[in-house]
Amino acid sequence: MIRKVSPHITQNEPLLFEISSPGKRAWQLPELDVPAVDPAAALGPGHVRREIEGFPEVSEVEALRHFTRLSTWNYAIDLGMYPLGSCTMKYNPRVNEAAARVEGLLWAHPYQPEALSQGAMKIFAALEEALVEITGMDAATLQPAAGAHGELTGILLARAWLESQGNPRKIILAPDSAHGTNPATARMAGYEVQNIRSNDLGMVDLAALEAAVNEDVAALMVTNPNTLGVFETDIVKVAGILHAKGAQLYMDGANMNALAGIARPGDFGVDVMHLNLHKTFSTPHGGGGPGSGPVAVKRHLEPFLPLPRLEKSGEGWRFDYDRPASIGRVKAFYGNFGVLLRALAYILAHGADGLKAATMDAVLNANYIRKRLEPYYDLPHQAPTMHECVFSDHRQARLGVRTMDIAKRLIDYGFHPYTVSFPLIVPGAVMIEPTETESKRELDLFVDAMISIAREAETDPDLVRKAPHSTRTARVDEVSAARRPVLRWKPR
Amino acid sequence: MRYLPNSEAERRLMLEACGASSLDDLFAHLPDEVRLNRPLNLPSGKSEYEILDYFKARGAECAADYACFLGAGVYRHYRPVLADVVASRGEFLTAYTPYQAEISQGILTSIFEFQTMICQLTGMEVANASMYCGSTAMPEAALMAARITGRERMLVSRAVHPEYRESLATLLRNVNLPVAEFGYDADSGQANLDEMERLLDERTAAVIVQSPNFFGVVEEMKEAAALAHGKGALLVHVFTEAVSLGLLEPAVDADIVAGELQSFALPPSYGGPCAGVIATKEKYVRQMPGRLVGETADTRGNRAYCLTLSTREQHIRREKATSNICTNQALVALMATVFMTVYGKQGLRELAAQNLAKSRYLASRVPPRFTGPFFNEFVTAPGPRAPEEINRKLLGRKIIGGLPLGRHYPELAQSMLLCATEMNARSEMDALAEEFAR
Repeated sequence: MIRKVSPHITQNEPLLFEISSPGKRAWQLPELDVPAVDPAAALGPGHVRREIEGFPEVSEVEALRHFTRLSTWNYAIDLGMYPLGSCTMKYNPRVNEAAARVEGLLWAHPYQPEALSQGAMKIFAALEEALVEITGMDAATLQPAAGAHGELTGILLARAWLESQGNPRKIILAPDSAHGTNPATARMAGYEVQNIRSNDLGMVDLAALEAAVNEDVAALMVTNPNTLGVFETDIVKVAGILHAKGAQLYMDGANMNALAGIARPGDFGVDVMHLNLHKTFSTPHGGGGPGSGPVAVKRHLEPFLPLPRLEKSGEGWRFDYDRPASIGRVKAFYGNFGVLLRALAYILAHGADGLKAATMDAVLNANYIRKRLEPYYDLPHQAPTMHECVFSDHRQARLGVRTMDIAKRLIDYGFHPYTVSFPLIVPGAVMIEPTETESKRELDLFVDAMISIAREAETDPDLVRKAPHSTRTARVDEVSAARRPVLRWKPR
Repeated sequence: MRYLPNSEAERRLMLEACGASSLDDLFAHLPDEVRLNRPLNLPSGKSEYEILDYFKARGAECAADYACFLGAGVYRHYRPVLADVVASRGEFLTAYTPYQAEISQGILTSIFEFQTMICQLTGMEVANASMYCGSTAMPEAALMAARITGRERMLVSRAVHPEYRESLATLLRNVNLPVAEFGYDADSGQANLDEMERLLDERTAAVIVQSPNFFGVVEEMKEAAALAHGKGALLVHVFTEAVSLGLLEPAVDADIVAGELQSFALPPSYGGPCAGVIATKEKYVRQMPGRLVGETADTRGNRAYCLTLSTREQHIRREKATSNICTNQALVALMATVFMTVYGKQGLRELAAQNLAKSRYLASRVPPRFTGPFFNEFVTAPGPRAPEEINRKLLGRKIIGGLPLGRHYPELAQSMLLCATEMNARSEMDALAEEFAR
């Protein structure tokens, strides 16, 4: 029984290029208040292009309808729960959008005088201070543009510190449950990657770690809670093993939503970490960006933070470019300001109590789902659940129904799929993170859907295997897309 | 906390179902030594009203009501209303990365249109779904060139945005890809291709040239490409001012284009978020980093779109991926797509022509230092007074002047970079010129 959704009509819409027609326009410029200029004369004839071949020409109403129609083909948080594990798809408060559109902030140019940028700099300072307090670290940079960019920045910081100690070392360790970005980041920072196996509880295996850590190891990249939603209860020992050999503990902060207000990485031995503001701190995913990936560090890494550093100067703030030990810039300007200020708005709305309450509800919601789905789905790791839980398709696979099938069938029930086939250490993983902004009502609908699909897998496996049935687009052929890539429109 | 939907009664029911008596029970397995046993030292939660008040106060501390002649990588262009209208729709704003194609056709289709329009603009054959920004797209393009050529050395024009070059240095330093720079011609302000030719060798993977360059000057991309190709190196074309593509001949001889689309409906927003992009020739697509959307069909035979060629990416390839990048800048790329749609074929050209006219008018009042052709920015040397001093005086007229160049170009310490777009009224330019003439 599908309770959450009913079918409704959606509009068809061709591509822009197919509705384009010569002479149509959605624009009008003000009349020029200066003399017009002949481009060929001003730039040299060789520098002036002919018309932009194929570029669209549409009217304003057609443009608006085009994108509105497209929008109705998307699922979104505003429509319902997004149980994507490790993605923390929570409600995106709208006051944050209003804050980001305050004129003085919207039009602030990164090179306008510091005296005329104090408002923006205060926002940086307030956010930096809040993130340092929430993580228990000593300093933070807001420059990295996304989580993976923060990871890279963080590992470069560890590398710079190790270099200052005489040797950047060669190896980054990553648990087998790690996000794919971790090993990819290590490579971009010039390191070899070595995997560390997890133990039966899904945690870093201390014996394996101890055996792997030596003077060649630069750092361990750990996610805590890890990608099974399990808190690494040995984390202080993990830090001890690394520090004893002069190596650093890097924490991927993707799962900080399980910790804010409850535990602080800085208090359990982490040297450097990144945060995903588009996860824990509610900035909109926007269909895949823009994100923001601040990096927080302990004091010994502070001299290496990217240029420039925000610095208190009398009553105000200034940028300090004179930091000889810095790793340099990781991007132009100062960070994704528009995203950063939304995260600050989130922190202001919650306050200390609210952040803790949100963490507790996130963990409660995940535990509730785990408890209710345990009779129907295999739970390979039994350790206590934090903000997400990972089942497997073990029972359904015997009926020929895989995790991807169950995920696609969820769409018919009005939900976005959970995270499929990750973490890699769980074959057929069903990774569910509800976040704190889902009500019991929405969670119950989700759980009922999952139970119903488990039954369908027994009674009518084909129904699940061929899902989704109700979407305007059926399962797409991703294999042909990759085999014969068509990456742009061309006139037929 | 108003964003938490459950009532106390619902929480109790859920706790009961979990076999827990309190929320604290759910954290009982955390060792004492990791627990924070005090409240976070943060203010109490604020109302919507207080939050908006706070940000309005911060906005008032910035330069909201000043005329502005800054460009240098971030440009002030009129933002069509539709860009915000579309990007504010929850179905775009609050959607995840479109892995689940069946319920993400809206985003996927708009990205496919974006990729197409970027190809049309740049003269390249394929474009990715966007990158963080131009300054991170450029180092990614350099890494891409190293993979394609199997060579390790980068040659970068000093007329490339200084902060882009700094970002490149940070990234390449640790992976043993040496970077060398070549200068610019002191008269024309264009990259010094003779010096570039002298530095080119069999180890050079790519030559990186920005056009219009940091000084606003249009480069001779055909010549640069011929020289690079002569030594088996690739040419990377960097651009920071996308509006220039409405008029300028695209660098079709480049092998990789790494650009910044902030000009397309993105507010300056104190430097971010921006939207970068990489475009290239079809034969290099498998070495290109970043998300890509491709056309395919669904099981009913209908046209459909999906993320594709993901075997290049970190979630599949882990340490062997082309990059650690795992997202594009979908929402701001969407705003750029709306911008390109609103202006379209004629409008973008007209907009670029207006920028050209504005900058020529300003240049008629404040003489450019370089002789090379420029788009909407140019360098000027105001004479006996230092640029900083003139800028201080201009602030008294509620004008933010140009960017003094001394920090990045000591030899241009007496110069500043001025930008004029369609947003700069003639009266502002006259007021600026008056101060210069004093």
